[in-house]
Amino acid sequence: MGSAHKRQLSDPEIRVKALESLLVEKGLIDPKALDDLVDTYETKIGPHNGAQVVARAWSDPAYKQRLLEDGSAAIGELGFSGMQGEDLMVVENTPEVHNILVCTLCSCYPWPTLGLPPVWYKAAPYRSRAVSDPRGVLQEFGVEVPEDKEVRVWDSTAELRYMVLPERPNGTEDMTEDGLASLVSRDSMIGVALVNPPA
Amino acid sequence: MNGIHDLGGMHGFGPIDIDPEQPLFRNDWERRVFALFFGCAPHGFFNLDEFRHAVERMDAAEYLELSYYEHWLHAYETLLVGNGAITAEEYATRCAEIAQEAG
Repeated sequence: MGSAHKRQLSDPEIRVKALESLLVEKGLIDPKALDDLVDTYETKIGPHNGAQVVARAWSDPAYKQRLLEDGSAAIGELGFSGMQGEDLMVVENTPEVHNILVCTLCSCYPWPTLGLPPVWYKAAPYRSRAVSDPRGVLQEFGVEVPEDKEVRVWDSTAELRYMVLPERPNGTEDMTEDGLASLVSRDSMIGVALVNPPA
Repeated sequence: MNGIHDLGGMHGFGPIDIDPEQPLFRNDWERRVFALFFGCAPHGFFNLDEFRHAVERMDAAEYLELSYYEHWLHAYETLLVGNGAITAEEYATRCAEIAQEAG
C-alpha cells in the first residue's frame, strides 16, 4: 500500500468524493448513515421480497385477488412498502397473456419487492427495444412466447410501477410457500424469464 | 416534453447486456453516487421530479455516452450548485485537490 503507487482516480470518482466531502463539511450528511442505507438496498431489500408475494398469491386465492385489485395494499400486508413502491400494480401472466415491464424514460422499478433494478434494465438497448420488439427482447433472454399468446408491455412511470405475477409451473402442487418462493427469480417478476418447475 | 431520455422505439443500441451475475453497482463510486441521493433528500435541495428533470435536460450526446450513475452525478452538480447548496468555485477547487492528492 505504498503511497508511491497511488492509483489515478477516474473522473466520476473525483466528482463524487468532492461532492460528498463538501456536504460532510457543511454538516449536511453523515457518511455512516449513508453506508447503512446502501447496504439495506443492496442486500436486504431484493427480489426475495417479491418472491414471497408471488408464492403467497399462488397458495392463497383470496390473497391473489387482493393483490391483483390493489397491489400496494396486498404487498403491504406482507410488510413490504416504501420508496418507489407507493403505487404498485401487479399484472398476471396466464396461458393467454405474457407481461413484460420496462421504463423507457429512465429506471422506474418496484423497489420494495424487487430491490434496485439490474444494470440492463436502466440501459438504452432494453429501454428502447422492449416497447417496439418485445418478442425479440424476450428471445434475447431465452424466452419463446408462442405466436398466439399475447404479449403486453407495461411502461412504468414515476407514479405507477408494475410487477409481474408469473405463471405457477406444473408439478408444484404439493410445495410449501417457502419452497415456491425459492423458484421465483427476479427476471420472472420483470417478465423476461419464466418460472421453471423444480429440477 | 420530448427529449433524448425518451428512448422507447429508438433503433441502433445493440444487444442487451444480459449477465445474470451482474452486480447492482459495478464500481464503488456508483454506490457513493446512489447514497448521496438519500443524503440530499432530507434537506430539500431538490425533489425526485427536479432530479429526473435535471437528467432529462442533459446534452443529448452526453446522455447517450455516459452511464446511469454518471447521469445522477450530473444531476447533483446541476441542482446543488444551481440552488446554492455548494458553490461552483468550491466544488472545482475540491475536485482539483482530490485529483492532486490521488495523483
